[in-house]
Amino acid sequence: MATAALPVTPAAAEAPPTYADTTRDVIATLHPPGRKYFIGMGFVLAGLAFGAFSWAWQLRYGLGVTGYQPPIFWGSYITTFVFWVGIAHSGTLISAILLLFRAGWRTAVYRAAEMMTVFAVMTAGLFPVLHLGRAWYAYWVFPYPNFRGLWSNFRSPLVWDVFAISTYLTVSATFLLMGLIPDVAAVRDQAAGWRKKLYTLVSFGWRGSDNEWRHFGRMYLYLAGFATPLVLSVHSVVSWDFAMAIVPGWHATIFAPYFVAGAIFSGCGMVITILVPLRKAFHLERYIRVSHFESLAKVCLLTASIVAYAYAVEFFMAWYSGNPFERASFYNRAFGQYWWATWIMLTCNAFIPQLLWFKKVRTSIPTLFVISIFVNIGMWFERFVIIVTGLSHEYEPWQWSYYLPRWPELGILIGSFCWFSMWFLLAIKFFPSVAIAEFKEALPPPVTPRAHR
Amino acid sequence: MNAPDARGPGKEAFVAPPARSAPGTGAGAPAGVVGVFGRLDAAVAAIASLKAKGYANYRVYSPVPRPELADVLAKKESPVRLFTLFGALCGTAFGFFYAIATSLDWPLITGAKPIISWPPFIVIGFETTILIGSLVTVGAMFLFAGLPKLGRAPGYDPRFSDDKFGVVAFGGPAQLAEARELFTTAGAEEVKDV
Repeated sequence: MATAALPVTPAAAEAPPTYADTTRDVIATLHPPGRKYFIGMGFVLAGLAFGAFSWAWQLRYGLGVTGYQPPIFWGSYITTFVFWVGIAHSGTLISAILLLFRAGWRTAVYRAAEMMTVFAVMTAGLFPVLHLGRAWYAYWVFPYPNFRGLWSNFRSPLVWDVFAISTYLTVSATFLLMGLIPDVAAVRDQAAGWRKKLYTLVSFGWRGSDNEWRHFGRMYLYLAGFATPLVLSVHSVVSWDFAMAIVPGWHATIFAPYFVAGAIFSGCGMVITILVPLRKAFHLERYIRVSHFESLAKVCLLTASIVAYAYAVEFFMAWYSGNPFERASFYNRAFGQYWWATWIMLTCNAFIPQLLWFKKVRTSIPTLFVISIFVNIGMWFERFVIIVTGLSHEYEPWQWSYYLPRWPELGILIGSFCWFSMWFLLAIKFFPSVAIAEFKEALPPPVTPRAHR
Repeated sequence: MNAPDARGPGKEAFVAPPARSAPGTGAGAPAGVVGVFGRLDAAVAAIASLKAKGYANYRVYSPVPRPELADVLAKKESPVRLFTLFGALCGTAFGFFYAIATSLDWPLITGAKPIISWPPFIVIGFETTILIGSLVTVGAMFLFAGLPKLGRAPGYDPRFSDDKFGVVAFGGPAQLAEARELFTTAGAEEVKDV
């Protein structure tokens, strides 16, 4: 991409904003929306309605309306579940891990990433239920006292997953809400009418006193300390849903780090996909700068390289192990009936991100946006490839099968994107999508000129 | 940039903060005096002066946590960390207890594995450590920070969440007169009674 594509707007060329600028400009994003917003929301709700209709169809006629073919009973729903859990990871990476690393660039982008995290986990949490033929028995996965005296099998990775995802949703939502308190207080102080009441309630009466900041700072640091191992563990646990099984292509010790890197990669891709239109729509060029996108692109490049290495190691180990089932599974993955899915995965996740080695690409917003779309597509296909090609080519040739999602599954996939988008669109109109207090913290404080001497 | 005239429809949802806060209770002698500072170093100087004069009853408001303020205030380490440790340990104990007790309550033998299988229970214990540790940490912050705060805070000004720093000193008439003088000397943009 040519340098001319750089969005050097007059606003972006301005000096860093002041504290008052930051408050004013971020609060401006909360003003009642215009026609474009409602048109966008209309599309989102239409897609969500299609997803709901697809699910209703599946409930009425059973799982036979899906493309499941024995022995492939994990298909697009589990693929999409893992996809959304992965998307959720970069939010916590940016908000917690980069906080511990004191990466200043996170302040401009972490709030949107955190919102994305919470809504992505909320979306992911739907899929185990959607995947059930009899969704009304979903509560059976939770360990609760019941009259049969039966408890969950804590040796099952699926139960680990329930604990991991529930904990992740709770902690990431808590982290988001706690970070919002000082910002909502700033909005409260400039709001009127029902909004003032809402923000007074949500800010818990925060005033920014020395005592409040002292305890808040410690709390936030420890939450980040908890969230950091949590984010690494959650996708490890998700990977064990597969790796603990003896299915060829799944039973590998590399799965946990491979899934974590893939999750951060896909999440950073989605952050770019979301931030580009958000920045444009809210005129936040002065806050979310090209350098922030470049930093995100570097994280994408690093994690894409880890993922590409993991792909290579998987194929190498399948050959080097001498295990005929592993070899057959991976040969089938690359050159068999699912070759198209595998090569989409490799192209989007391993080859296209290599463009990010070039600074011109990393600093071109339109190019980054296009690459991020490829990353999103590629990471969905990665999970499809792992799950479906593994199950389609197990040990016995008579078990080999072929699965493709049918329209109700695609309808629910579209519906999941719309469900996620609906929450995000609502959130950015009610709560600051750029962290006011933390952004100010990264600015030079107002001091008298003599203090510089 | 987002100039005020570009705020679009419905801008009445947000109003500019008042130039100055409500003047205290309006009855009797003032309980305190507040200094509004536009510069961080001036606020720091005011706090240092208050401390040098032996003031103990004062409060500082700021839109952001600044290390300069923390240094001059020199408060003790927050006790939240002890609750974090306590919550995390409780979470670990609960996770292992839950998995072990329920496994013993209904022995479910799968794959010839022992009923109490430590390695998989580590996952449960780990998750509950994080979950309960986090929630107790948040609860401790609310406890020590005195949140939720439903009443009014004496001396608080909406500008303190925007771009101003505030120092509120409480005391008798003589002390308040001295505090007014200190704030003005330090470079307060505005000094008022509350």
